[in-house]
Amino acid sequence: MESTRKPEHPLLAARSGNLRRRRAANRGMEISAWVAAVLAVGVLALVIASVAVKGIGSISLDFLTKNADPNALGSTGGIGNALVGTGILVGLATLMAVPVGILVAIYTNEFASARSRNTIRYFLDLLNGVPTIVTGIFIFGLLVAGHQQSGFAGSVALAVVMLPLVARSCQEVLALVPETTKEAGLALGASRWRTTVSVVVPTALSGMITGALLAVARALGETAPLLFVSSIFAPTLASDPSQPLPSVPVVIFQFSESPEPAKHDQAWAAALVLIAVVLLISIVARILSARMRRRLGAAR
Amino acid sequence: MTTETTTATPPVSALLAGKGRGIVDRFGDRALYVLTLAAALLSVAIVLGLAYKIVDEASSAFSTFGFGFLTSSDFDPVKGNFGAADFIYGTVVSSFGALLLATPISIAIALFLTELAPRSSRTAIGTLVELLAGIPSVILGLWGIIILGPFLNDHFEPILHAVLGWIPLFGGQYGLVGMFPAILILTIMTVPIVSSLTREIFATVPPTDKEGALALGATRWEMIKTVVLPYSRPGIVGAVILGLGRAVGEAIAVTQVIGNTAAIHSNIFLPADTLASKIANSYQGAATDLQISSLAYFAVILFVLSLIFNSVARLLVRSVESRSRSSG
Repeated sequence: MESTRKPEHPLLAARSGNLRRRRAANRGMEISAWVAAVLAVGVLALVIASVAVKGIGSISLDFLTKNADPNALGSTGGIGNALVGTGILVGLATLMAVPVGILVAIYTNEFASARSRNTIRYFLDLLNGVPTIVTGIFIFGLLVAGHQQSGFAGSVALAVVMLPLVARSCQEVLALVPETTKEAGLALGASRWRTTVSVVVPTALSGMITGALLAVARALGETAPLLFVSSIFAPTLASDPSQPLPSVPVVIFQFSESPEPAKHDQAWAAALVLIAVVLLISIVARILSARMRRRLGAAR
Repeated sequence: MTTETTTATPPVSALLAGKGRGIVDRFGDRALYVLTLAAALLSVAIVLGLAYKIVDEASSAFSTFGFGFLTSSDFDPVKGNFGAADFIYGTVVSSFGALLLATPISIAIALFLTELAPRSSRTAIGTLVELLAGIPSVILGLWGIIILGPFLNDHFEPILHAVLGWIPLFGGQYGLVGMFPAILILTIMTVPIVSSLTREIFATVPPTDKEGALALGATRWEMIKTVVLPYSRPGIVGAVILGLGRAVGEAIAVTQVIGNTAAIHSNIFLPADTLASKIANSYQGAATDLQISSLAYFAVILFVLSLIFNSVARLLVRSVESRSRSSG
């Protein structure tokens, strides 16, 4: 804005000798806010671009199908076993965390008193705030100490990380279901569980799927909970959850700690695969959630 | 209506008392209640079980070192002496350093998204900032060691060192790994969290208050300074505390870039270590039971910190919510 322009408010003009300074302060604030936003988006672009540029060269069919061996020297082939392992670990974790999370959300939204609703929310937030490395120690003590590492222990650890995410997001979408929709179901003579199962849950379904997908995206990238419970694995394809299973984030971590450049290349390629899957899931989840909010907004 | 073939509709009073409903419905209602209650209790039990388990594991370190553990900087597995002071120092410096950078950036982003950005691009930019939170920490750590660390070492730290080297903070040596890259990585991890929470809080500021300030002739910045920020202050503090919780507990990305050398020094370019990073690094290879127990003690410290952060943040965010509800 040109500083010579006259103030638009004649009443203000008499007292605003410092108008120019005020406008400059305003401009300064606007520019810093722009810079901050550009910076954040820029860092995102920079990280994704680095991963893409460094990783794309090592991506091949062999890389996706051959097995990782962090103990071998130099390049060890691929991440086939880690991909399978991650699929099993996160799949099992999802089977545990999503049903429980949905049930918790139904309890707090349909049955709980205000007091117990707050208590359960508090515990869920607390669980969400617990550092995942501490979750790793907990599951190590619970399932691994005295036994051995296992894929099952790893998936329980991931489920503990996912549970508060699923439960909290389901609580939020269930709260969006209009009270009138629920009452309509009850007024038709449907029982509570009938209303919940065939009216409330279907209305909120896409929102609940969003929550589950975001939790899956988070679990796919978690390293810390797996580090003590499912990290010592054979360089072969394994699918038995009673044995330790490799996973993509743990392989990236182990390769990144290695001094060998060949391992770094593999870490980048694995990172590219992981980041592509994680971002894809996050974006799909967001599209679903936007669609649902629009629909519920229109219904009201 | 043809009621001859079916049973007559029970009277309303019987319906309200739950009589006359099918056995399936009575059982279904009960089952749903019991099932959901069990799930809710399970989630509470997980938290309590986690607390019990880590305290139990830490008990032998606690009975050996007591609270002196927190102030002793002796961590020597060979001699069997363990203390957390160096790691607590590293945790405090790295997370406060990160929040020092992340707070103004996050507030600026939240302001940008609520007040400045063209309406059509708000969702898109907001989503991009949140996607930053979705990048797995192990990938940020990888980026930190291989790209950020060498870049800082070659281009940034020499300049900072030359210009501000007389301040102990920036003096001395610098290298590929250390506290400084850890602070930057933690900043990247906390900005999306703090900014999206802050944005939600800004959205609760009553529009009439904002319009009032603008109508009185305030510039946009003056309106923000006199209406939006004071109104949101407790909520912003809550958001920052939640970000702090995340920074304090991050193990993987930090252990990748911080250099894993515990020491207390004022220079932020030297390698250091944090509680979470030390657990990630040494728990697996711990040689003695006392060392394992000491690392579980670290976990207890982290758990207590997250308990405090969550409780305080909750109170603060709630105070904003209840105020916005009562005022309109």
